[in-house]
Amino acid sequence: MEKIDLKDFRFTGSTLGEIADLRTMDAADKAEMLMSGIDVEERDRAGTYLQVDHGRVHCKSLQQGVEVLDIKEALARYDGLPEYYWTQVDKDKDEFTRSAAGDLHGGYFIRTEKGAKIAEPVQSCLFLKGDMVGQNVHNIIIVADDSELHIITGCSVAHGSKGAAHLGITEIFVGKNAKLTFTMIHNWAETTVVRPRTGGVVDEGGVFVNNYVLLKPVKDLQSYPAIRLNGRGAVARFNSVIVAPAGSHVDTGSRIELNAPDTKGEIISRTIASGGTIIARGFIGGNAVPAKGHLECKGLILGGGVIHAIPELLGSVDGVELSHEAAVGKIAQEEIEYLMARGLDEEEATSTIVRGFLNVDIMGLPKELQDVIESTISESQKDMF
Amino acid sequence: MLRIEDLHVKIGDREVLSGINLHIADNETFILFGPNGSGKTTLLMTLMGFGNYEITKGRILFRGHDITHAPIYERARLGIGMSFQRPPTIHGLKTRHMVRMCARDSEIDVDALARKVNMDEFLERDVNAGFSGGEIKRSELLQLMAQKPYLLLFDEPESGVDLENMKLIGHTVREVLTGGIEPKPNSSMKQQLVLKRPVSGLIITHTGYILEYLNADRGQVLFNGHLCCEANPRNILDHISQYGYQECVRCLN
Repeated sequence: MEKIDLKDFRFTGSTLGEIADLRTMDAADKAEMLMSGIDVEERDRAGTYLQVDHGRVHCKSLQQGVEVLDIKEALARYDGLPEYYWTQVDKDKDEFTRSAAGDLHGGYFIRTEKGAKIAEPVQSCLFLKGDMVGQNVHNIIIVADDSELHIITGCSVAHGSKGAAHLGITEIFVGKNAKLTFTMIHNWAETTVVRPRTGGVVDEGGVFVNNYVLLKPVKDLQSYPAIRLNGRGAVARFNSVIVAPAGSHVDTGSRIELNAPDTKGEIISRTIASGGTIIARGFIGGNAVPAKGHLECKGLILGGGVIHAIPELLGSVDGVELSHEAAVGKIAQEEIEYLMARGLDEEEATSTIVRGFLNVDIMGLPKELQDVIESTISESQKDMF
Repeated sequence: MLRIEDLHVKIGDREVLSGINLHIADNETFILFGPNGSGKTTLLMTLMGFGNYEITKGRILFRGHDITHAPIYERARLGIGMSFQRPPTIHGLKTRHMVRMCARDSEIDVDALARKVNMDEFLERDVNAGFSGGEIKRSELLQLMAQKPYLLLFDEPESGVDLENMKLIGHTVREVLTGGIEPKPNSSMKQQLVLKRPVSGLIITHTGYILEYLNADRGQVLFNGHLCCEANPRNILDHISQYGYQECVRCLN
């Protein structure tokens, strides 16, 4: 991994101003956003937050019960959000958190009302348009007690970008018996460097489901969201689907701490290196009983590349139940031949197995987003064999 | 339907089949007997075209095509269908999707087919994931019903199957082989028989339970890579259950 010098990037001066109607955006930008799950028509969406480079261009809630604000506005309106702001991520963790703390460009603040079940997803996109732009964002998500929310957040970069840096802080709060599904689709370019820093906490009976999809090339990405299950019966599940073509360096993983009785954590990652490098991490710590954690990281190397799986389990109390399963390998010939015996040629068989392996189905995404992801997978398969 | 001429097959350095000659006619069901390790499964795998089975001599003709060196999928598309004894699990591939792929371009009612083999509850599950012995057999048959092969290759339909499942499997194999011909108000069975596409079967059995459900025309014993003792399959089974395979040894030596 090369050292990232933040001085290479411009952290000021690129703000577009408000875009009232997302449909008026540039067709190429819209296409990039679509691949990250953003519906510019805003149909079937409970709200939208869109930022381009250094500032918000569009922000609104379309449904009662969920608040969608620019983080700067939320900080001003709610006295700096002391209960939330910089409580889950250490401001001094590294130069990237310090950059985000020192010069905040934007980010979203999304909060549900107690008991509000928001059926449609809130969408957000953090878009990098200018060349050599550095973007500092800070997001806060609060899912109040007994409420439910799905956030689809896409991060994207303009077609033909010569370079950009995205530094994003996200702090997540899932209340008692609340449920958050957080789907993140990264759609970067060969030149983008990405440093998200994410932390969160789940209260009693709360459920946090994190879906992460990275299918497009990225120069250098490092991400390691950490969730603490602090309330009895809290559950966290991470599903990741990652493809690293040549030139991509992806260091990613998830961390779950089981800090209360009856908590459950699951980390499932499916990675494919098709020329690039993937470090697939995972950590589950069991600090209370009864508690269960399972970690599953499976990788395929198709057409070169490196996969380094690092599953970690830490139990600190009697009676904790933690397990893991890790595999790095190839597609089994036996599986290919089985499908060929049903009439599929070798290419059809292989791509069927790869799609099954990546298994985006388990994320339970809206159909149109699922379709976009499936077609991106089909496209990226061209590089794999 | 199928003609095998002087077939020699090697796995690695070992010759497993040594000069097999076999002809299976249209609509004929042929039963293959033989002790463990005699090469029965090798013959089926070779007919399907799997990679580890090297044909060193002879040829295989299927419905007029020389398929000796054809890839697996071409054989499948020409109409050879095989029920696997231990098929692999394909994670993330729903059984429903698999069945639909088996049908290729033809329209099928997956749910109706699945109900026939009691697999409707399995359609949303990954192919073979955690399936029991009987479930695997039913899943294989479901796929074959969608695939509609001309030649059905079946390796031990009764292995790992309880009695109740055996009945269902037996009846279904029969249906796949006969094309489900039964009296219908608008056409006699004879008329249907004329119109029906030919279906033949090549079935390996140890126990012979499957013979209670179908009309097997002929049988043969495969011993040490050689085919011998052609007879009515029930007679062969009676003989083997009484005397074992030792007569084969005498016969061949």
